[in-house]
Amino acid sequence: MASEALLSVRDLRIAFDGVEAVRGLSFDVRPREALAIVGESGAGKSLTARALLGMLPRGATTSGTISPDLSAHRGRRISLVPQDALSALSPVHPVGDQLAAAVRSVAGVSRKEARARAVAALDRVGIPDAARRARAYPHEYSGGMRQRAVIAMATINEPDIVVADEPTTALDEERRDQVLRLLAEQRAAVDAALVLVTHDMDVVQGHADRVLVMYAGRLTELGPADEVLARPRAPYTAGLLASLPQHAPPGRRLPALRGTPPVPGALPPGCAFAPRCPLAAEACHTAEPEPRQAAGRLVACHRWEELPHPATELFLKERQPV
Amino acid sequence: MSDPLLDVRDLVVRYGQVTAVDGVSFSLAAGETLALNGPSGCGKSSTALAVLQLRRPDSGEVRFEGRELTTLPEPELRPLRPRMQPVFQDPYGSLSPRHRIRDAIAEPLKVQGRWDPEKGPARVAELLDRVGLDPAYGDRRPHELSGGQCQRAGIARALASDPRLLVLDEPVSSLDPSVRAGVLNLLADLQDDLGLGYLFICHDRAVVRHVADRVIEMREGRVTSG
Ligand code: SF4
Repeated sequence: MASEALLSVRDLRIAFDGVEAVRGLSFDVRPREALAIVGESGAGKSLTARALLGMLPRGATTSGTISPDLSAHRGRRISLVPQDALSALSPVHPVGDQLAAAVRSVAGVSRKEARARAVAALDRVGIPDAARRARAYPHEYSGGMRQRAVIAMATINEPDIVVADEPTTALDEERRDQVLRLLAEQRAAVDAALVLVTHDMDVVQGHADRVLVMYAGRLTELGPADEVLARPRAPYTAGLLASLPQHAPPGRRLPALRGTPPVPGALPPGCAFAPRCPLAAEACHTAEPEPRQAAGRLVACHRWEELPHPATELFLKERQPV
Repeated sequence: MSDPLLDVRDLVVRYGQVTAVDGVSFSLAAGETLALNGPSGCGKSSTALAVLQLRRPDSGEVRFEGRELTTLPEPELRPLRPRMQPVFQDPYGSLSPRHRIRDAIAEPLKVQGRWDPEKGPARVAELLDRVGLDPAYGDRRPHELSGGQCQRAGIARALASDPRLLVLDEPVSSLDPSVRAGVLNLLADLQDDLGLGYLFICHDRAVVRHVADRVIEMREGRVTSG
């Protein structure tokens, strides 16, 4: 068997004005998997996703490789479900026309056939009376229906990869789960892999096969989602999980990380997490750890073997973490 | 039992034809956290504004420290306002971008005529320290702080008025996950130390379960449980 990767990213670097926001990231996307990329502001997760799509903001310089480069096939082999459904749809064309245009942009099908596929796609995502709704404009859709239409648009050409960039950030819990379920169902129906970018560890549970945790533009931990959630090996992942209120031990105080995520261009020396890390030792302040195989996954930490499990106590110690 | 800090009866808030809050009642004691939970558009933020009298309710009562506020004319309300302070979701939006943090915290005291040029600066430094910020942050402007630091500064500003009640509208929803727990811990410490009452508005059930002594669920302007 050749490589089991659908897409390989190697030593990806993305910089603005010489300041690197993504700093040497390598990972694969496997066929039909759901890969969650989790990180906070400044982690570089959205930039990474945008790089896969060839949709980086102006002024970005990149190095490293993404192979195959699917950006020339955007809308066909790779597609985007953005955070803001409204921005993905043109306000001046009926929704059905936009879906039909997407079909016609890649396949040599007749106008009539494209229309029929558009209506079928809207029907598949559960838009009632799809034939009639296809003629309506985005502003005539409810927020939930727009989200569905965008998912229909992202899957209509049966892509290899669907990239969803914080698709549920603006939603409350019930709507969030509905959207994630629909996304999972639709991309599975067309055998597409899903790259799910999120800041929310909670979203990983039940919605991803593997998880890539990023911090300050680098890989912190990459492995099977259930194993990483059950037993994180990187202190950052452990702290993030321990600080979720749903995992909190009884009592008023939550385990918490001190400090805030660093800003690109103002990184501490050595491990970028060191100023916040309860396990940090001297070596951590001088050498940045490289991702290494550890416990069936990749972990970038000098001291991962020292991390206790559960790590809750480590993050409960300080009274006033800032 | 002693009088509640806040007692709300049959609160109604309308915007034109729409009834955003439809007969909501609850009470809250000093040192207690009452959470208002519900999906977006359920009326929880409108309830908050009406409690604070930032939007006068269409009917119902808001009794704060034993005084009925809805019928008080603004001049009589003014001396009570400092005692109930809002903390909003967007930490940057609640601090003026042009002002240094230290001035933003001093401002309510100056407006209330309680600013003491001698002791004021030390009070501001103490407030910054109280919320876990190095007093050196007082020299910075909001955009020079992270979201979590900015939210702490917002809390310091609210504390400057010596409030009894904080109305917290999604105070951690826009923060990075790794800084949320720290801000929630700060709020717990302040409540323990100062005996503040919290009306805590939040759509995240896990957060609500952790922080709240009691929870009220709202939907379409009405209380559905709690
Ligand atoms: S390398 Fe050191 S500072 Fe970085 S996460 Fe590991 S223990 Fe913490």
